[in-house]
Amino acid sequence: MAADGVAVPAQVLWRDEHPIAVLIGVRAALGVLTLFVVSIIVFLATEVLPGNAAYSVLGHSATPQSLRALEIQLHLNRGLFDQYWLWLSGVLTGRLGSSLSNGQAVWGQVAPRLVNSAVLVVGAGVIGTVIGVLLGAIAALRKDGWFDHVTSVISLAVTSLPEFVVAIVLIILFATVVLHLLPAVAPIAPGTYAWSQPRLLVLPVATLVIVIIPYILRMMRAAMIEALESDYVEMARLKGVPEWQIVLAHAFPNSIAPTIQVIGLSFLYLAGGIVIVEDVFNFPGIGQGLVNAVSDRDIPVIQFIVVVLAAFYVFMNIVTDVIALLVSPRRRIAR
Amino acid sequence: MDVVAPPPAVVSPPRVRRQWVDLLGAVIRTRRGALGLLLAGSVVLVAAIGPFVAPYSPDQSVTFPFAGPSGQYLLGSDMLGRDVLSRVLAGGWELLLMALAATVFGVIIGAAAGVSAAYLRGRVDGLIMRTVDVFLAFPQLVFALLLVSIVGPKIWLIVVAVGFTHAPAVARVLRSAALEISERDYVKSIELQGVRPAKVMSSEILPNLVSPLMVESGLRFTYSIVMMAGLAFLGFGLPPPAPSWGYMIQENRIGLSLNVWAVAVPVILIALLTIGINTFTDAVSRVAIGVESRPDESLIDDTAMDA
Repeated sequence: MAADGVAVPAQVLWRDEHPIAVLIGVRAALGVLTLFVVSIIVFLATEVLPGNAAYSVLGHSATPQSLRALEIQLHLNRGLFDQYWLWLSGVLTGRLGSSLSNGQAVWGQVAPRLVNSAVLVVGAGVIGTVIGVLLGAIAALRKDGWFDHVTSVISLAVTSLPEFVVAIVLIILFATVVLHLLPAVAPIAPGTYAWSQPRLLVLPVATLVIVIIPYILRMMRAAMIEALESDYVEMARLKGVPEWQIVLAHAFPNSIAPTIQVIGLSFLYLAGGIVIVEDVFNFPGIGQGLVNAVSDRDIPVIQFIVVVLAAFYVFMNIVTDVIALLVSPRRRIAR
Repeated sequence: MDVVAPPPAVVSPPRVRRQWVDLLGAVIRTRRGALGLLLAGSVVLVAAIGPFVAPYSPDQSVTFPFAGPSGQYLLGSDMLGRDVLSRVLAGGWELLLMALAATVFGVIIGAAAGVSAAYLRGRVDGLIMRTVDVFLAFPQLVFALLLVSIVGPKIWLIVVAVGFTHAPAVARVLRSAALEISERDYVKSIELQGVRPAKVMSSEILPNLVSPLMVESGLRFTYSIVMMAGLAFLGFGLPPPAPSWGYMIQENRIGLSLNVWAVAVPVILIALLTIGINTFTDAVSRVAIGVESRPDESLIDDTAMDA
């Protein structure tokens, strides 16, 4: 790369000087392309495959008149391309139409759920990251000690478990059978937000935290062990740098970089994990919204929530890559 | 390029079969492998012989709702007064069969896509891997729910949906494992003899992917069970009167403080099953990458586990 820069003028030089900007640009463009394809898939899956969505919504109670009315509401009377275009421009401009099950505007119905889910994901992601990184670092410092073995066995077990199993175990332990410390469900009234009742958030967040910790812990442990066995740590030791300073100033920062990707993956995982966890705790987020919409065959709501989750996925993937690049000097060279 | 000892030029079918058997044998002899097999095996046993030994009909009320355990009803009764023990015994085999079918389906599609991408390269590779990227932009469960929302919760659809969501990740892993193998000299020499690409892939490349295939299958089997049980829990599984571990947890939650066993026993069985399979898979990957002693040097290739 650097050699090319000498031979070829201006443009390549700019690229070499701003590899991160180039990378972000390329990733963002790919991300937009991916989302475009995703939107086509979601659209085709929900509107075309069932034959006629209006019929599948109304079912056997369909009368010719109600079918006709719904067809017009869903634009099913138009051509395929027109339908897609109307839907996509609606998604992009916030005119999402109204829910088929209760007639409310999709945006008005989904927006508060989005906020609640964001609270859940961010809360669990941040807490899980801090705990996972710390536990992983401790396990690495005490490699092959009892703490390392215990966390490794528990990690393997927890990564195998479905989220709802973790959630139910927490409910049994803390909310019903053993102790009665916390509420077993989080029925937050419509129109109010999750943070107004922190007690209701404890168990859903705890479930998600437990589920993501093992991945972060394992990666942090591996990265930290590698850093502690590296040449620069060896050199620092030979120079007589105190061990605590080696850990804090050298090993720790260098093991965060590879761990960041896994942290990003954990956020991705959370976006899928909230579906079941919200259902368990009756928590009014988009996961529960999606499950309800699927039960009701509420197509506009399904389409919107799936696209939102996919957009979050694509966005988090880009963010993860970029942050991993920023924190790791060695990788700051354009690929 | 090939510093590692090249594997034998021709891999004949009996040798392939021995690879599977050798690998499995080595895994079972490790502590993790044995433990995993014991855990998962006992749950499979419960699910398989359960329907034949259930003391009562799983669909009929025999006592009042949420009765605690008694001599007559060992695990008490559920929300409709049905015998929990009978429902637990009858409610596992469909989960296992559906998860198994989804795993086979997903691993076959994923392996076919991944190996083709690695071997055919060029445009085919680009097309397959971009498609994989697109499908990886959905959370697995969300994509399965999307498919279920189209046709409704039909058994075949759930199997196909869950299997299909595994394919992209399997394709990625097997592509990276197959890339190096398709570069090997013996593959090149067979190509020069004019053997069809499909034949080269199935009889020369695939047999070298035994360990990544096994690790992927184990991993996807765990995920299949997690997703199947999760979908059943959400109410997208077998229709209600049928007993299923996932839905039992959902329907009996309201009676947790009256009869905890109606929820706890299915929870424990699902947990033991997934922990067992995952522990076994972990042992397979350890043996395959050489963390623990392994029998056959030709089983190289790291099994890049994707998170």
